[in-house]
Amino acid sequence: MAQKRKPKLAVWKFASCDGCQLSLLDCEDELLAVVGAIEIANFPEASRAVINGPYDVSLVEGSITTPHDAERIHKVRRASKFLVTIGACATAGGIQALRNFTEVQRYVPIVYASPQYIQTLNKSTPIADHVFVDFQLRGCPINKHQLVEVLSAHLNGRKPNTPTYGVCIECKRRGTVCIMAAQGAICLGPVTQAGCGAICPSFSRGCYGCFGPKETPNTDALSRWWSDHGVKDRDIMRTYRGFNAYAEAFRRESEAHEK
Amino acid sequence: MSVPPHRVHDQVRLPGEQLQTLIEALRLLGYRVMGPKVAEGAIVYDELTSAAELPVGWTDEQKGGSYRLVKRNDGAAFGYALGPHSWKKYLHPAVHRLWKAKREGNGFEISEETPEVPKLAFLGVRACELHAIAIQDKVLTQGVFRDPIYSSRRENVFIVAVNCSQPGGTCFCESMGTGPQATFGFDLALTEINVNGRHDFLVEAGTDRGTEMLQKIPHEGATEKEKKTVAEIAAQAAQHMGRQLNTHEIKELFYRSLEHPRWDEVAERCLNCANCTMVCPTCFCTTVEDVTDLAGTEAERWRKWDSCFTADFSYIHGGSVRASRKSRYRQWLTHKLATWIDQFGSSGCVGCGRCITWCPVAIDLTEEVLAIRQAGSTDSAALPTKEEQ
Ligand code: SF4
Ligand code: SF4
Ligand code: SF4
Ligand code: SF4
Repeated sequence: MAQKRKPKLAVWKFASCDGCQLSLLDCEDELLAVVGAIEIANFPEASRAVINGPYDVSLVEGSITTPHDAERIHKVRRASKFLVTIGACATAGGIQALRNFTEVQRYVPIVYASPQYIQTLNKSTPIADHVFVDFQLRGCPINKHQLVEVLSAHLNGRKPNTPTYGVCIECKRRGTVCIMAAQGAICLGPVTQAGCGAICPSFSRGCYGCFGPKETPNTDALSRWWSDHGVKDRDIMRTYRGFNAYAEAFRRESEAHEK
Repeated sequence: MSVPPHRVHDQVRLPGEQLQTLIEALRLLGYRVMGPKVAEGAIVYDELTSAAELPVGWTDEQKGGSYRLVKRNDGAAFGYALGPHSWKKYLHPAVHRLWKAKREGNGFEISEETPEVPKLAFLGVRACELHAIAIQDKVLTQGVFRDPIYSSRRENVFIVAVNCSQPGGTCFCESMGTGPQATFGFDLALTEINVNGRHDFLVEAGTDRGTEMLQKIPHEGATEKEKKTVAEIAAQAAQHMGRQLNTHEIKELFYRSLEHPRWDEVAERCLNCANCTMVCPTCFCTTVEDVTDLAGTEAERWRKWDSCFTADFSYIHGGSVRASRKSRYRQWLTHKLATWIDQFGSSGCVGCGRCITWCPVAIDLTEEVLAIRQAGSTDSAALPTKEEQ
């Protein structure tokens, strides 16, 4: 193991806030181990030194929102043996995918003084809509322990432990009192994939759905429950229109409540 | 359940303020005392260092998918029904490291986990919870495989039961024959009585160590009239169950209802969120996860609570056996109320009502059973094989 050439890692950024890349830098305790096990060949957030590809592992952050990026992602794919998308932008289109529910050209002149210089696509789309992705790591932002887990699983040739069940399981394991039942709060935990450790409910806030739809999500039943308890369609729609608004199950559910 | 009542000591009367003495005496013997406390808008189980932390003057209102703390107009310390936690969080921990391993040459060396086993006293255990503990004892210590984690924790536990005076809106222990009065499985059993605003306790010891403990705490003899109140309170509580469940030939009912249309109907509402299994005091399922470090020199194996509501739970080569929501809900309810009887000799449900209160969308097993009973279940009596259970 130790004699082998260190795998080369590259980090790529598309339309995103950089938060997920920073999770890698945030791995304070684990960072030395990461650097010990991997050669960080291209990571502009951490170092300006760039080592040419091909790369053994590419972490791709961000969604595709411009014609230029739609081209660039193919170059990244060609230079990468194992491509991992990280975060809600890369895996579902991110918060900027709210544009997908309207016409982006309506907003460009409002936001930019010289709209003629803006080249943008009408939709913000996940990386997997453009190239083959080897592994998708969800979260807004991703959980640094899960990131280390994915890297270490890949380096050790095993399947990563990134469960696809819901947030409620993590919520209950930590002993948090359910805020849906005890406070009547709106919580996306029952339809959202685990990964954060149920942070929000432990601070008495409903889950925002940062990790996207879980396996077999019954969004329809959850919305019906809220409807029956007086939550308006508009608010139900907005609940699903977060960082993972364009993820299939959330998109369908929010559209069902759009009037 | 068929465990005979075991009474070492007759009822005595413990003045309310002596609860503090009991907690102190337990702590002096090295027990960490776990009991009810108000936190996060509910009555949860946590460590108590003084009787002042008990939820005095609090109760709860419970219905399907809803729990609210409310003030009582008296100073009862145990005047509440069950909260979201159960004692399994101490006996069968939610997350536990099983072992660590280190790479040595071409092989690896395992270092076994030798965690310090906490010496715990449970204060405020209800009758249904005594039954739930007895069920987990059976599952985790009396089968072919004895769970060393559960067993080592269980051996140490000192149990102070408290009889129910006010069942919750989702309780049905009366139907399941598991309450409301504690009849076995305790070291001490308390009944809270309110005489002219004074909250005292009638106490009986169920074990020799309970009797010894009682001798350390100042108490008085109870009058014959007082002794009778224990049964009266239980009888009164039995009449105020929030729910009922008809258990008549329930195993046969479920075995012939595997294709009942109600399963499709409930699957429309069920979120597959697993909250019901997590809060259930008898559910015991776990999964194991292995983690390695980046260098590939160290590995750990962790055990975590799992649930039959996840896709991975029934994953075998090629996919999940229970791919649909319907099959998962059916597995849960059929295991709790029917296959459990064949597997472990009793129902897997003690009627605590937690799965009803803490289901985010109020799915209520008592309603589901009723619906399955009413609409004709036409299945030929297809019994599941051992594997399917
Ligand atoms: S608070 Fe939210 S995540 Fe936690 S159990 Fe309740 S519904 Fe699930
Ligand atoms: S099935 Fe529900 S009512 Fe029965 S013991 Fe479990 S949580 Fe309590
Ligand atoms: S109901 Fe499900 S989680 Fe509970 S013990 Fe049975 S199989 Fe396990
Ligand atoms: S019955 Fe309720 S608590 Fe259980 S999985 Fe379904 S929605 Fe969740």
